[in-house]
Amino acid sequence: MSQDELLQEVTATDYKYGFYSDIETDRMDAGLSEDVIRRISAKKMEPQWMTEWRLEAYRIWLEMDEPDWANVNYQKVDFQAISYYAAPVKKQITSLDEVDPELLKTFEKLGISLNEQKRLSGVAMDIIVDSVSVATTFKKTLAEKGVIFCSMSEAIQEHPELVKKYLGTVIPRTDNYYAALNSAVFTDGSFCYIPKGVRCPMELSTYFRINEANTGQFERTLIVADEGSFVSYLEGCTAPQRDENQLHAAVVELVALDHAEIKYSTVQNWYPGDAEGKGGVYNFVTKRGICEAYAKISWTQVETGSAVTWKYPSCILKGDYSIGEFYSVALTNHHQQADTGTKMIHLGRNTKSTIISKGISAGQSHNSYRGLVRMGPRAENARNFSQCDSLLMGDRCGAHTFPYIEVKNSTARTEHEATTSKIGEDQIFYCQQRGLNMEAAIALIINGYAKEVLNQLPMEFAVEAQKLLAISLEGSVG
Amino acid sequence: MLEIRELYASIGEKEILRGVNLTVKPGEVHAIMGPNGSGKSTLSSVIAGREEYQVTSGDVLWDGKSILELAPEERAHLGLFLGFQYPVEIPGVSVSNFVKTALNAVRAARGEEALDASSMLKKMREALQLLEMDKGFLSRSLNEGFSGGEKKRNEIFQMAMLEPRLAILDETDSGLDIDALRIVAQGVNGLRSAKASFVVITHYQRLLDYIIPDVVHVLLNGRIVKVGDKSLAYALEERGYDWIKKEVE
Ligand SMILES: Nc1ncnc2c1ncn2[C@@H]1O[C@H](COP(=O)(O)OP(=O)(O)OP(=O)(O)O)[C@@H](O)[C@H]1O
Ligand SMILES: [Mg+2]
Repeated sequence: MSQDELLQEVTATDYKYGFYSDIETDRMDAGLSEDVIRRISAKKMEPQWMTEWRLEAYRIWLEMDEPDWANVNYQKVDFQAISYYAAPVKKQITSLDEVDPELLKTFEKLGISLNEQKRLSGVAMDIIVDSVSVATTFKKTLAEKGVIFCSMSEAIQEHPELVKKYLGTVIPRTDNYYAALNSAVFTDGSFCYIPKGVRCPMELSTYFRINEANTGQFERTLIVADEGSFVSYLEGCTAPQRDENQLHAAVVELVALDHAEIKYSTVQNWYPGDAEGKGGVYNFVTKRGICEAYAKISWTQVETGSAVTWKYPSCILKGDYSIGEFYSVALTNHHQQADTGTKMIHLGRNTKSTIISKGISAGQSHNSYRGLVRMGPRAENARNFSQCDSLLMGDRCGAHTFPYIEVKNSTARTEHEATTSKIGEDQIFYCQQRGLNMEAAIALIINGYAKEVLNQLPMEFAVEAQKLLAISLEGSVG
Repeated sequence: MLEIRELYASIGEKEILRGVNLTVKPGEVHAIMGPNGSGKSTLSSVIAGREEYQVTSGDVLWDGKSILELAPEERAHLGLFLGFQYPVEIPGVSVSNFVKTALNAVRAARGEEALDASSMLKKMREALQLLEMDKGFLSRSLNEGFSGGEKKRNEIFQMAMLEPRLAILDETDSGLDIDALRIVAQGVNGLRSAKASFVVITHYQRLLDYIIPDVVHVLLNGRIVKVGDKSLAYALEERGYDWIKKEVE
């Protein structure tokens, strides 16, 4: 592909998603109604069945109440005040000078190059050209293996049979308030299909795809791993993504057919609001996977961002001998609130699940682990092991653990361990005596504490996640 | 190199150090002995800069300059090392990662480049050999599940890696078997030949057979009440502290 063609493709892409085009004209007025949903669907040139699917979701949503059982407090969202079709970057940014200096500082700390910084803040074209060329070669390798990896909008157009077959099967529209809303109004997200017996040759990441199409605040992701296949998927880049929008309600569905394995890693660093607790993203996400026989789904998450997080990546262990894993580090600082955990639903025989949750609370934040382990009547010899640790920094923050266990089969076993600890003055002093400053000492201790989870992440991701944990705690001590 | 002048320190309302004087010259080894609770660990903490303790008067000089205003890590950067009486556990942080991070932090503070991976490894291997320690030790979580003796050896291992100019060893000999004691002494004597100074806090004269002190101090109730040579350590071992307490009265 020549440089010109590349450029053209980029410009076209940008136009399509309203990134550099005249955003005002591509932005719908605030408000939500059947008419708005029809218009979203029409703008995306969706087939009739998709429009109907959305409308049905909207009707379901109207009948539902916003949940309030989570251990979080926030100003309720005014759903009529949101524009449901708009580019996520409201301002057109042409130079780095216009980007929030705080954000640039964070980039620098993460060791992200200037070019990369421009790309991440949505600036320069030439760099996007670069990444498109990356994305293009990368698409070719995938195509050779028959792997489909594209935006959800594209999947609806190009692979309607797959979308129709699996969309909403793991998280039905009736599942919960935010999932219903997402089903009605989602604008984009990722779609991924790994054919039978294929080991996806590379880690798939929205990091690459996000350059082509900016995903909105209502992302919809669907990953289908056909029999005997394997895929490792990374969500969110480790660089901070500033989101000016208030509500982020994504839905992620994973389908692992017989003997398939999906490894899904997230490093979530949405804008957490400032030190006083103003602003920040409400991150209300529904993530769930279903495992057929001998399949395995492994969720790993490092959550440092958002003002309020409400998120429970879960596994339905439907097939016999299937395995679910959940590894989580959730860090809250300042006034952040996180209510996160998992659900492991054991339906099949000899199913196994592991939960390792590490909460870190600093400042005046609140960090809750909420987990459900359910052993169904057919779940003979099912096993669960849960370990939920909380680490407190200072005495103005809170850590809470809500483990729910339901066992309906007498041969099933669950094991739950929980600890709460504080970073000791003596640990910090010990590190300082060896030459580390206070912040380096805390970063070291935190990373040691979270190691079991960080070890689950792909190598480069783990390194960045470590830095992110350290940065997120800056200013929380001393 | 280290000079402590009329040092008073307290925690809360409680005065623990009450006029300590101590001068350590390059290459010297000083032993501090004294009954439990006399303030030995407090003295080492205050020298190392632990904030819990308030210095109410007096001074601590390093190469003639006061270090009381320096943060603990800044004192470490000068070349001060404290071998802790009770080394803390840091779960999930391997010995090698910890030592690497520490050494590179000290180097950075001195404007030196970080050691590359192979030099770092080589240095660690040498230190392990000197201390007759197993390589597997490097990947263990710092002090977690270490036996008492292993913790103490780990302190000496870190000292060997950091090559301080002055090391305070707070009861590093307690809990060590005879072989380990000899090995620890080997580590100390190795550094000593390179002009490093030591303040060795101990309850037992035994250690001083291996590490011959230039001066022996007796700390009692927050004060150095007696100074002597090696023979003082023998006298204490034989007669305990009562005679000194009487002398003081
Ligand atoms: N953090 C603290 N809070 C309260 N009292 C303290 C604290 N640290 C030390 N002390 C007190 O100060 C006194 C001296 O303690 P220190 O640990 O310095 O003694 P030591 O000479 O090292 O004793 P040992 O030989 O048992 O190690 C003791 O009475 C001790 O209880
Ligand atoms: Mg002591």
